[in-house]
Amino acid sequence: MEVRANTALHVTLTINGVERKASIEPCVTLLDLLREKFDLTGTKKGCDHGQCGACTVLINGKRINSCLVLAVSRDGSEITTIEGIGTANELHPLQDAFVRHDALQCGYCTPGQICSAIGLISEGKAKTRDEIREAMSGNLCRCGAYIGIVDAIEEVIAAPRRKTVR
Amino acid sequence: MDQGPAITGKSIPRIDGPVKVRGQAKYAAEYDVADLLHAAIVSASIAKGRVISIDAAAAKNFPGVVAVLTHKNRPWFWPFSFLYKDLAGPPGKPFRPLYDDRVLFSGQPVALIVADNYEAARDAAALVSVSYEREQHATDLAVEVSKAYKPPRHRLGLAPTPHPTGDADRAFLASPVKVEASYTTAAENHHPMELFATTVEWSDKIVTVYDKTQSPKSVEIFLKVALRLFRRKVRVVSSFVGGAFGLGLRPQQSVILAVLAAKALKRSVRLVLPRDHMFALGYRANAIQTVSLGADENGRLLAIKHQAVAATSQSEDAQDPMLNFSASLYRCDNVKLTYQLAKLDTVSPCDMRAPGAATGMFALECAMDELAYAINIDPLALRLANYTERDQSENRPFSSKALRECYLQGAERFGWAKRSHAPRSMRKGKELIGWGMATGVWEAAMSPAPARVKVSLLADGRFEVTTSITDIGTGTYTILTQIAADALGAPRERVVVKLGDSALPFNPIQGGSWTAATSGSAVQAACDKLKKKILLRAKQTGIVGNGQATELLSPAALADLLKLSGSDNLSATATIINVKFGKKYASATHSAVFAEVRIDEELAVVRVTRLVCTVAAGRILNPATARSQIIGASVMGIGKALYEDAATDHNLGRCMAHNFADYHIPSNADVYDIEVLFVEETDDKVSPIGVKGLGEIGSVAVAPAIANAIFHATGQRMRDLPITIDRLTRLSD
Repeated sequence: MEVRANTALHVTLTINGVERKASIEPCVTLLDLLREKFDLTGTKKGCDHGQCGACTVLINGKRINSCLVLAVSRDGSEITTIEGIGTANELHPLQDAFVRHDALQCGYCTPGQICSAIGLISEGKAKTRDEIREAMSGNLCRCGAYIGIVDAIEEVIAAPRRKTVR
Repeated sequence: MDQGPAITGKSIPRIDGPVKVRGQAKYAAEYDVADLLHAAIVSASIAKGRVISIDAAAAKNFPGVVAVLTHKNRPWFWPFSFLYKDLAGPPGKPFRPLYDDRVLFSGQPVALIVADNYEAARDAAALVSVSYEREQHATDLAVEVSKAYKPPRHRLGLAPTPHPTGDADRAFLASPVKVEASYTTAAENHHPMELFATTVEWSDKIVTVYDKTQSPKSVEIFLKVALRLFRRKVRVVSSFVGGAFGLGLRPQQSVILAVLAAKALKRSVRLVLPRDHMFALGYRANAIQTVSLGADENGRLLAIKHQAVAATSQSEDAQDPMLNFSASLYRCDNVKLTYQLAKLDTVSPCDMRAPGAATGMFALECAMDELAYAINIDPLALRLANYTERDQSENRPFSSKALRECYLQGAERFGWAKRSHAPRSMRKGKELIGWGMATGVWEAAMSPAPARVKVSLLADGRFEVTTSITDIGTGTYTILTQIAADALGAPRERVVVKLGDSALPFNPIQGGSWTAATSGSAVQAACDKLKKKILLRAKQTGIVGNGQATELLSPAALADLLKLSGSDNLSATATIINVKFGKKYASATHSAVFAEVRIDEELAVVRVTRLVCTVAAGRILNPATARSQIIGASVMGIGKALYEDAATDHNLGRCMAHNFADYHIPSNADVYDIEVLFVEETDDKVSPIGVKGLGEIGSVAVAPAIANAIFHATGQRMRDLPITIDRLTRLSD
C-alpha cells in the first residue's frame, strides 16, 4: 500500500471549462481518469491501444487518443470531451448533422468520431470527401456508418456557420 | 383521434441519436456504482491441457488487490453442464469459466484478479504465473476436416439442412457443363466497438447487472439457474449496447466472471474484457466448402451439390444455416447438400451477422459466376435463367419474393448493361476495373419464442412502451416508437419506448433479423388492445358517448379519463407467438448486390469503389435506419471479402491477431460509395405487420459480389477469403 500511495501525483486539468484536480498514479491514462474517476463516460474505451479512436478527446484543441495519454503528463491542459460539446437544447452543428445523416448506429464510436471531426475541421486540411475519409480513418466504426459520418462532416465543413435547427 | 400523418415507413431520425451524439447513452461499463471493485482476467497460454498450479502470491500482495479467483477457490458450481444452457446455445456442454483445471482453448480465463482500482487489477494480472500440463491440440481445420462428422444433435430453432432431391450425383455427371471447386473462408471475429463488459451492483436482495448482451432475459435466467442466484432478485440492464453482431447472443464470459466475483466477495464488481480477449469469446466458423454445379448449354441448372465442413469446438456442436439456401434459391431438380462439422481446440464459434448464409452463399454465388463464364453468358442472365417462384426444397410458394425486381432495379442503377463480359476488359489508367454481382438470401422469420410488450397510458398523457429486448444499434427504439405512435394515433413525442431491461415484459433475443417483425407486431397488438380499453373506459366514465374517438386521445382527455377512472395509468399487454403458416409458405428476404472493384495492377491493392445493394425485405419501417443497416452490413461484407482473418498459429494453437492492427476491419478510407435500394414488396403472411427483418441480409451477397468483381478485373478466380494482397499477387506471379 505504502509504495503505491507514495507514487500518487497531483494533476490539475481543465475539463470542459471546469478545473478538476486528482491525485493519481503515473500509470493512469487520461481515458481511465475521465471514465473511472470523473464519471465522464462519454469518452469510450474500445481498444486501449490507440487503434480504434473511440477515446478521442481534444487536448488544447487537438484531437488525441486519450488511452495513449498518461494523465499526469498533461498537467495544466485544457481537455474537451463530448460532454463539453453541445447541449440537449442546442446540439453542436456536427452532432446535429450526425443525427440527421444517421451517422451512427450503436453509438459507441460516436463521441470519438465527433471529437475527431472537430479536430479535423480546425486542422483545416481536409476539404474533399476523399480527404475526410482518409483523415477520419483513425476512428473505427464496426456498425459501418462511415458514409453518414462523411456526409455529416462534409456538410459542416461546407457550411460552418449554419444555424442549428433542432 | 388526433392522428397526424402516419410516420411508420418514413425516415424519422433515430430516437436515441441525440443522447448518443452527446455521449449521454450509458453502456454496461459506465454505471457509477458505490464501493466498486474492478476485475481483470488471466488467460491461458496453451490451447489444450490442464492447469497444474497457479502462483498468485505476487498478485495477492500487489497493493489494491482484494482477491484472486481460480478454479480452486471460486464459488460452488453445479456439476451438471446442462444447467448452463442458454436460449441461443448449440447442443453440447457450454463453456464454464473457472470451472475446473481443464484448458479448452487458448485465451481461456484461468484466474480473475479483483482489486479496488482498475490499474491494480490489470497490473496484478500480469504477475500471475500459471504452469500447465500441455496436451497436443488440434486447431487446423484443413487437417481436422478428415474427421468431419454430421452433428448428432440438431441445434434448437435452426431449420435443418434440406434433404436431397432427385439424384444430384448422377445428374452432375451427365450435365453438358460442369463446374466444381473448393472454397475456404477464414474465421472472423465480431469486434463490436464496445468491449464486453459487466458492472454488477451487489446487494443481499437484488443483484443489478449492467451487461453487454443481446438478451437481458436470457442472462437473467442464466444467472439465476447456472450461478444459483435464484433466491435473489436479478435484474439485467442493457439500455444501450455498443454493437454485438451475434457475440452477445449468449451470456458472455464477462457476465459470468463478474457475477462470480461479486458473489464470492459479496461486493459490486466491474469487469471489462480487453480487446485482445475478443478473439477468445467466439468467432464465425471458418469453413471448407465444395460446390459442384451441372447445367445445360443455356445455363439451366441440372445439379447442385454443395458440401461444407465448418469448425466447431470440442465441447459444442455449433451449427448455422450454411447450406439451407442452396436448395431453394435456384430452380433445380437435383440437389444434394452435406453439412458437417470438425472439432477444434478453440472457443465455440458464435453466430456472426448472417451466420452460415454469409459463408455458404459465398461459395454458391462464386460457383454461379464460374458457371456463367464456363457457358459464356452474363452472370445476371444466369441467375434469371434459374429464377424460381417456388421453394423447391419443400415444394411450396414463397410468402413473397421480389428478387427479380432486386436484380432488374439493381442492374439498372449500377449500369450493368454497360459491362463487358470478358475478364480484364475494363481498366482506367493503372487500375483494372471489375464488375461482379451476387444474390443474397436470409430467412424471414418471427422469433421462435414468444415476445411480450406492455403499453401504458401515463398520467401526463404520454404512452410508455416496454419490453425487455435490446437495441444494439439496429434502430429498435426508433421503429417501435413509430409503430406505437401510428397505432395509438399519437405524435411520436408522446411515445416513450423503454428497452433493454430484464424487469420489463419478456422478449427473448435481439437477433436472427426477427426483432422488428416480432417486437413490432407485439407493439401493434398491445397498442390496439390499449386503444380498445381506453374507448371502453371512456364510455364507462361518460367522457364519450358512442366512441367518438376523434377527441379522445388528446392529452387533456386522457388525463381526465385517468382521473375519472381513479387510476394512475391504464395499460395493455400483448404476447406475439410465432405466426405459424406452417409448411404452407417459405419466407425469405432477398438481395442482389452489384460491386465495382478497382485494382492497382502492380500493387494488387483492391478498392471496392461502388456497391449497389437492392433488397426485398417486405415492409420497410424506417428507410433511414434500414439503409444504415444495409450499408453497415455491406461494410462488414467488405471486411469479410478483403481483410478479416482470425488466423491461428497452429504451433501455439492461438489466434495470431491480438488487436486492430493485426485484424483489420474496414476503416473510413476503405469504404467508398454504397447505394441501397429497397424494392417494393408486400407480404401479408410473414408477420402481422408485414415486416421481414434486415439485420442479416445486407451481409450475405457482398463478399461473393466482390470476389466475382475481382475475377472480372483480373481473370484470377479467388476462392479463399479474405482476398488479401499476398493471395492476389501470388496468383498473378
